[in-house]
Amino acid sequence: MSHAPLSTLAYLPKAKKNMHTAHLIRAVTLALLIIGWEILARSGLLLRDVVPSLVTIIASMGKLIINPLFYSNLSITSFEVIMALAIGSVLGIICGIIIGSSAFLSAAFEPYIYYMSPTPRIIFFPVMIMWFGVGSPSKIALGALSCFFTMALSTADGMRQIDKVLIRVGRSFRASLWHMAIKIYLPAMRTPILNGIRLGFGTAVITALLAETKLSNQGLGFMIMQIYSRFDMPTLYALLIIVFILAGLGNAVLGALAGSQK
Amino acid sequence: MHMANVMKNDRLIPMLCGALCVVGAFGVLELLLRFDIINRYIVPLPSDVLGAFGRIVVEEDVLARCRETAYEMGVSAILVILIGIPIGAVLYRFDSLRKALEDWIAALAAAPIVLAFPLFLVLFGRSSTTVIVMSIANGLAPIILKTTEGLMSTRPVLINVGKSLRLSQRQMFWSILFPSALPLIFTGIRLSWTFVLISVVGVEFLINLGGLGQLINDLAERYDMAGTYAAIGFVILVSVVFFVCLEHIERVMGRRA
Repeated sequence: MSHAPLSTLAYLPKAKKNMHTAHLIRAVTLALLIIGWEILARSGLLLRDVVPSLVTIIASMGKLIINPLFYSNLSITSFEVIMALAIGSVLGIICGIIIGSSAFLSAAFEPYIYYMSPTPRIIFFPVMIMWFGVGSPSKIALGALSCFFTMALSTADGMRQIDKVLIRVGRSFRASLWHMAIKIYLPAMRTPILNGIRLGFGTAVITALLAETKLSNQGLGFMIMQIYSRFDMPTLYALLIIVFILAGLGNAVLGALAGSQK
Repeated sequence: MHMANVMKNDRLIPMLCGALCVVGAFGVLELLLRFDIINRYIVPLPSDVLGAFGRIVVEEDVLARCRETAYEMGVSAILVILIGIPIGAVLYRFDSLRKALEDWIAALAAAPIVLAFPLFLVLFGRSSTTVIVMSIANGLAPIILKTTEGLMSTRPVLINVGKSLRLSQRQMFWSILFPSALPLIFTGIRLSWTFVLISVVGVEFLINLGGLGQLINDLAERYDMAGTYAAIGFVILVSVVFFVCLEHIERVMGRRA
């Protein structure tokens, strides 16, 4: 503390004050949102069921959390997302290493992956149904396809940023492609790969759940559509909030993992 | 000049090889299908898919569907700019507000909002309004964040010049801050519009309404295999052209700035 420059000491209270103000603004915004929602719910301006009271939504969340059906659907969706992430990541990493290791291959094939990556992946669902049927495999395939592009681009970019000295050392030891991959490429690309997995997780969750809403008889997406068809709005809000929280938590965990590797 | 030609050749040859590989892969697929090694009921012949392009343009009225998707895209794209840039500017202007809400907006960008489409269907009905509102919700976060980032990255020397000229806040914004932030704002526009395109086509497909998304759904439900593949190819083509155009405009804007 005694070695801190004078300017830093002068700056600290202002930074703290700003943080307090930011926390206060967050609390006020949250309070305004809650009050605004409750007023709208009780005003009768909209149909009562369209904007239910927050109390009803919280009660529905409680009921959902103790419902065994929720957990069976959650386990199916989790299985689909994990499988999609695993398959898409492995294929993406292999493709990324191959493309990223050669300027020629990168110029030849990377544009296809790059320009295909922002296309809406859900439109491939009819193809996946034809190939893998209406069960979980089609959702896994669609999720894997979604995270493949992110993973391949992230890995190829990571490959180009590996210190050339490391690659030359590997080659001077006459390491095989397999040894190069597991001893040099993958350890040197931890951060881009983990970032790719984090982004891939987001897209895999969205596509697997959307595919379940479109055509399925199990999973959280299917559950959303079942609740929607019953017009049980408080439970629909509750389930969507839970899904958003779970997706956010998964993203935060992978983000923290990627951050810790920097 | 010579170096430029060498550079062009350096890129041209791999690109040609890549294109030849893609064409070759389709050729191999055609042979595998014709020799019944792959089931034709699951994968249609690539030549049939090529032929189906013309058929869907004529029989499925692709132009009208494109117009509908373009309308939803256009309205969403304009509204995203009209809502997103002012919010970004307000967040820049009030430092505490930015610190308080920036994380929430970033979380919004990563949230699976499109999953809430049944909710939007209840609120807005099965209409273009649902598609537009959902697309705005999906595309808003990047433009807000990039506008704030662009305004914050204005060089202090430019701001000091403005202050020394005693510009009013409005003059400062329009003459210095906004032009300086324009390249990053356009990056935000590109990201937002990409999200909007994905959302428009995706929601059309999911709720079976409107333009190109519904076309894929219709053809798949009729089990028109070649048509479904051709429609998917058409949507990919539209997405790629749209994305390439946005990138080009972004590069031009960056150079001008």
